[in-house]
Amino acid sequence: MTVIVNGQPAQVAPGQTVAGLLTGLGHPPGGPGIAVALNGEVVPRSAWPTTALDDNDRLEVLGASQGG
Amino acid sequence: MDDPLVIAGQTFTSRLVMGTGGAASLEALEQALAASGTEMTTVALRRTSPGARGSILDVLRRVGCRLLPNTAGCFTARDAVRTAKLAREAFDTDWIKLEVIGDDRTLLPDAVELRDAAETLVDDGFTVLAYTNDDPVLARHLAELGCAAVMPLGSPIGSGMGITNPYNLRIIIEQATVPVILDAGVGTASDAAIAMELGCDAVLLASAVTRAQDPALMAEAMRKAVEAGRLAHRAGRIPRRLYAEASTPAEGVPDLSDRPAEGTREPHGEPRQPTAPGERVG
Repeated sequence: MTVIVNGQPAQVAPGQTVAGLLTGLGHPPGGPGIAVALNGEVVPRSAWPTTALDDNDRLEVLGASQGG
Repeated sequence: MDDPLVIAGQTFTSRLVMGTGGAASLEALEQALAASGTEMTTVALRRTSPGARGSILDVLRRVGCRLLPNTAGCFTARDAVRTAKLAREAFDTDWIKLEVIGDDRTLLPDAVELRDAAETLVDDGFTVLAYTNDDPVLARHLAELGCAAVMPLGSPIGSGMGITNPYNLRIIIEQATVPVILDAGVGTASDAAIAMELGCDAVLLASAVTRAQDPALMAEAMRKAVEAGRLAHRAGRIPRRLYAEASTPAEGVPDLSDRPAEGTREPHGEPRQPTAPGERVG
């Protein structure tokens, strides 16, 4: 199935969790400085392992950048 | 600590808050942050880019700065609140620099959205430092609804125009019940000093340092300007007056006229009128 990660389509296996996808992106769940929004809603870090993705989900993976 | 800055119960020695936007590299940023002496630094939340080299979080850790996430780029209360919640997840802090802007051209705060977002975030337990217009009434509302600090602009973000309405700023400071941090518009060290002399509790700036030709040198200038301005504010400046007021006493001015006093000696040549003592000062 296809999900949109930071504006780009990505193929993931059915049942893939937020934690699994982030680990694949190089952001293991224990690492600091990352936040995730799923279809605009915050996914708390504690819910990453249990939040399964659906087809066409829109995921924003965010981290610190220079600003302000 | 002689004169600490306290925001929401947290104590700071430095009254300079640095933004991190606009630096040419993380190395240049780290040098500037170190030279500024800042203890709190803003960061933005953006999409991660795979393979990005280095992390701004590592820079802040090395410099020893507290991290203040912002909601830069948000145009609505809804987006700002969501961004604040994401920042809380990412950085494990409920401190937020709330920024809700009205348009891309001026980057001026949208007062209506800002107020709504501030109320929602305060109710949700955030420690809100609100970037605001230099509007005394709006600043008062933000403080009353529970913001931990109000941060009026001196002039638009990145404009470097300094403090364009010092009178509004004075009113904001005079009525303040929470710390007032001048945020945005500082172009050079004198702007930061003026903000502190007017009575701001701190100054937040980014572009003036990060986009200077020598960011680390400008950061040092800003540190000294903020310190000098604060000292001058505490010391209490003299009033402005239209005419001079002599600092040298008028008493004891010598009579340096070149003629002897009447009746003591025969005058040589044409007699001249003596100058009255006490008239010449300077």
